[in-house]
Amino acid sequence: MTPVGLPHILFLSSCLFFIGMYGFFTRRNLITILMSLELMLNSVNINFVAFNKYLYPQNLSGIFFTIFIITIAAAEAAVAIAIIINLFRSSNSIDVIDAKEMKH
Amino acid sequence: MTNSTFILLIVGLPFLSFLLLILSSGSKLTQKVAGQIATLLMAVTFFFAAKLSLNYFASHLTQQTAELLVNYTWLEFGSGLAINMGVLLDSSSSMMLLVVTFISLMVHIFSLGYMHHEERIANYFAFLGLFTFSMLGLILSSNIFQIYIFWELVGVSSFLLIGFYYHKSSAVAAAKKAFIVTRFADLGFLIGILILGYYGESFDFTTLISRLGDVNSPQYKQITMAGFAGIQALSWGLILVFIGGAGKSAMFPLHIWLPDAMEGPTPVSALIHAATMVVAGVFLVARLFPIFTVATAAPLQIITYIGAFSALFAALIACTQTDIKRVLAYSTMSQIGFMMFSLGVIGDNGAGYNASLFHLFTHAFFKSLLFLGAGSIIHYVHSNEMEDMGGLRKKMPLTHISFLIACLAISGIPPFAGFFSKEAILHAAYTSNKMVFFVGIITSFLTAFYMFRLYFTIFWSIPEYPKTNEHGEGTWSMKLPLMVLTLASILVGFIPFSKYVNSNGIPVEGHLEIVFSIGPVLLSIAGILLAAYWFKTANTKPQRLAISMGNAFVWVRNKFYIDQLYLYITKEIVFKYFGKTAAYIDKNLIDGFYLSLAHFTGYFSFFIRGIQSGNVQHYALYFFGGILGLVSLLFYLLSY
Repeated sequence: MTPVGLPHILFLSSCLFFIGMYGFFTRRNLITILMSLELMLNSVNINFVAFNKYLYPQNLSGIFFTIFIITIAAAEAAVAIAIIINLFRSSNSIDVIDAKEMKH
Repeated sequence: MTNSTFILLIVGLPFLSFLLLILSSGSKLTQKVAGQIATLLMAVTFFFAAKLSLNYFASHLTQQTAELLVNYTWLEFGSGLAINMGVLLDSSSSMMLLVVTFISLMVHIFSLGYMHHEERIANYFAFLGLFTFSMLGLILSSNIFQIYIFWELVGVSSFLLIGFYYHKSSAVAAAKKAFIVTRFADLGFLIGILILGYYGESFDFTTLISRLGDVNSPQYKQITMAGFAGIQALSWGLILVFIGGAGKSAMFPLHIWLPDAMEGPTPVSALIHAATMVVAGVFLVARLFPIFTVATAAPLQIITYIGAFSALFAALIACTQTDIKRVLAYSTMSQIGFMMFSLGVIGDNGAGYNASLFHLFTHAFFKSLLFLGAGSIIHYVHSNEMEDMGGLRKKMPLTHISFLIACLAISGIPPFAGFFSKEAILHAAYTSNKMVFFVGIITSFLTAFYMFRLYFTIFWSIPEYPKTNEHGEGTWSMKLPLMVLTLASILVGFIPFSKYVNSNGIPVEGHLEIVFSIGPVLLSIAGILLAAYWFKTANTKPQRLAISMGNAFVWVRNKFYIDQLYLYITKEIVFKYFGKTAAYIDKNLIDGFYLSLAHFTGYFSFFIRGIQSGNVQHYALYFFGGILGLVSLLFYLLSY
């Protein structure tokens, strides 16, 4: 059994990213879309940690970035949830199809 | 007070009068006192102007050098070329200062009586102020660009005054005509300025004259080397400048605006004809005279022949006109022609120049007197047509006397003012160009004839149905200028003019050739007697003569159909071919291009607006697509 290497981890993160992307484009529920977004962000986090560990083990820059992204993702989730709540209040739905004010 | 304070007051007060009256023209109080305010300001201006110019003459008895009183760089182009704003005081501008302010004051006083029934009297006096201001600025300008600015201001203010009765369509048309014709001529002037300024590397009169008026200077060599269409650049520049002058001074063929300018109030005609607008052209040529004299003969020849031709041409037309103001208008054109050809024939020791400015000086007095007299007559008769007048000798004694003296002066009868200047012009012409001299004396004969035709028809012959009026000659404010100007028309001829104003600053002793003047004076007297024979009593002799002359008379009476020719050219050729083509190009090609651009944009955006679906996920998709595109572009570029 081969040890876990960088390609394995990159494969995992790519899978996660595209699963997130698929969810982002196909789901209609805004909460699910938000979750897909988080999935994409986490795949990037994994990338950062993996590159840090395998390429520059003496540095910690990748870890730092990950922590930053987690923080920002938390803030972003808060803002997104606030937007979704307001949307629900105005149109009584959290379906992305119903939020069409930005039309031509 | 220093001289620059004087200048500030002289130029500033008329402008102040303009601003004050135009800004408050809405109030009733201003309408009441507008004339008094403007006249008072003008009187102060005249006082300062007289003081300044007399100071100048008193302190420059032996050598009339030009003094640059104010100089201020206005626009700098780098490399030593700059447009300055300044005040140049020399003998000719001092003389003009006196004339302009004096005539303007007289016109202001006359207008107090003549215009006091007008509704827009404040506007009228405001425009008079603007007119005087622009003319004063023009004569004091220290450089050719500055003169151009004031030149245009004169054009604008004359437009405002000629079109003063804007409810009359003929006045509106006349104002437009005056503005467009002079503006058209000014195009030539502007190009001339640019040529002279480009080669002379300066716009200042003094610098320009010292460079281009000197055959050894590098600038002179350069400008004479350059040329276009086989004519030297210097000649081009001077001829183009003269075209501008000819437009303002109503020289043939740009004279057509002058007779129509009679649509304005009569005192305005006095101002335009005597002191301001029409002499601007003569003044301009006189300003650049040293350059004209060193250049090739062509520009001066053109000035001479155009001047002489205009003089004769206008005199012929004046003999046939029946509108009193039109006769005077053509006589102005004729007299300006005299001044022009006098500048053109250089004469001995600058005699032509001196004679020309002398005539400008004397003409200002008797021509304004004639116009103000005409205003007085029109005020009495309520008509411009000579047929409606007659036998006014008894009814308007003061106007009669002043008009008679002005007529004698313009005909060149001694000892009135016109005699001295006209003899000087004829003598200068006689010594340099015999042909022009003959044109001059024929014109002078015609002048005497048509002026006395006017005089006898108005004051002597009694028409079949005379118009009667109960009111008198006019108010004191109308009589006073007539008296003052009459006095001036008698006296100003005795001033030893060439001692004060001359082409090179060195006083010349004026002398009168008694033997020489016998001929022209006798001819003028013959003209007067002829006019008396035909027009002193109402008879049918003139009509019979006119009929016997047949078509020739009709031609002259219709001003040689010059106006019709212009109309034909503009309407049938310029509008029909050039105008319509240009309009077609504008409407279809240029507008079409932009319209189709707009239509294309509209259609295209209609086509692609589906992209803006309002679905957030679609937008995200475009976003990812964009990133994908950018990344692939980056890879493509980095792979090299």
